[in-house]
Amino acid sequence: MVYGSSPDPRTGPLPPRSVESAKIVVAGGFGVGKTTLVGAISEIPPVNTEAWMTQAARTIDPLGEADGKTTTTVAMDFGRITLAPDLVLYLFGTPGQPRFWPMWDDLCRGASGAVVLVDTRRLDVSFPAVNYFENDSDVPFIVAVNLFDGISTHPLPAVREALRLPPEIPLTSCDARDRGSVARVLTEALAHTMRATAGPRPGALTTP
Amino acid sequence: MSAHPWVRPYVLTGGRTSGRRQLLVHTLVSGREYDPAFASRLLPEAKALYDRVHIVSESVAELSAHCGVSLGVTRVLLSDLAAGERIEIGPETTSPYDPRLLERVIDGLRQLA
Repeated sequence: MVYGSSPDPRTGPLPPRSVESAKIVVAGGFGVGKTTLVGAISEIPPVNTEAWMTQAARTIDPLGEADGKTTTTVAMDFGRITLAPDLVLYLFGTPGQPRFWPMWDDLCRGASGAVVLVDTRRLDVSFPAVNYFENDSDVPFIVAVNLFDGISTHPLPAVREALRLPPEIPLTSCDARDRGSVARVLTEALAHTMRATAGPRPGALTTP
Repeated sequence: MSAHPWVRPYVLTGGRTSGRRQLLVHTLVSGREYDPAFASRLLPEAKALYDRVHIVSESVAELSAHCGVSLGVTRVLLSDLAAGERIEIGPETTSPYDPRLLERVIDGLRQLA
């Protein structure tokens, strides 16, 4: 959406109607480095909110915690990157636990792409995230191996095989601590979205 | 974290669980002209949100986190404030897959890489 009457960005903050926001979802199992990845590139510290809880989530979460806690907190964090005076990108890390999947739907609504982060030492913790994006979501996604020590211990084809990843899903690697590496992975995710959504799509809003 | 954890969300929202317009977690919200008299009549949660959007333009998720108001309640309260023309909601993106939007974000990210 373009507003022809936008004031000069150099003269002050733009009114919100001309500022666009986009969103990329960062998924993966517990401890694969989602918070690290968001923190590496976000201009604000990753916000880890407990305020996320909704009535809906409460009703589907009857589990009593082992430590006796009665309120459930959800580790959902997000970051923000101002890419231009009129363009903001948000990163949303998903809560890792499958019982919060209704919230994954909420997080993914309107997302431009998703990155499923995996740790080759514990591939299994990211299986549910891969399954979610393969089967339960329309958001195009890529899978990124987080190189914790900066070196690849498993060749990507072996990782692809272990994850049963279809050939059309890009598989890459990154260092979640490194801003440039994270920026490249996010770029790859959106490039994949462009390819995957190219051409006429039924139900899409079209411009003449 | 919530300001009043003992208050059920529906008390704050008049029983409604969704607003007039769907607010995504990354939808940007900002203030219009700040009206102190109007603000003083708001419930604490709504006032916290109303005050905050007149300081910074933030996403729905940021406002929820910073004001300590659950996301569902935040959505309803912001929607009400917007319907009363007290705050501004960012543009509804045509599609998250809009090639023009994707290209702009990719261009911005490449400068960080």
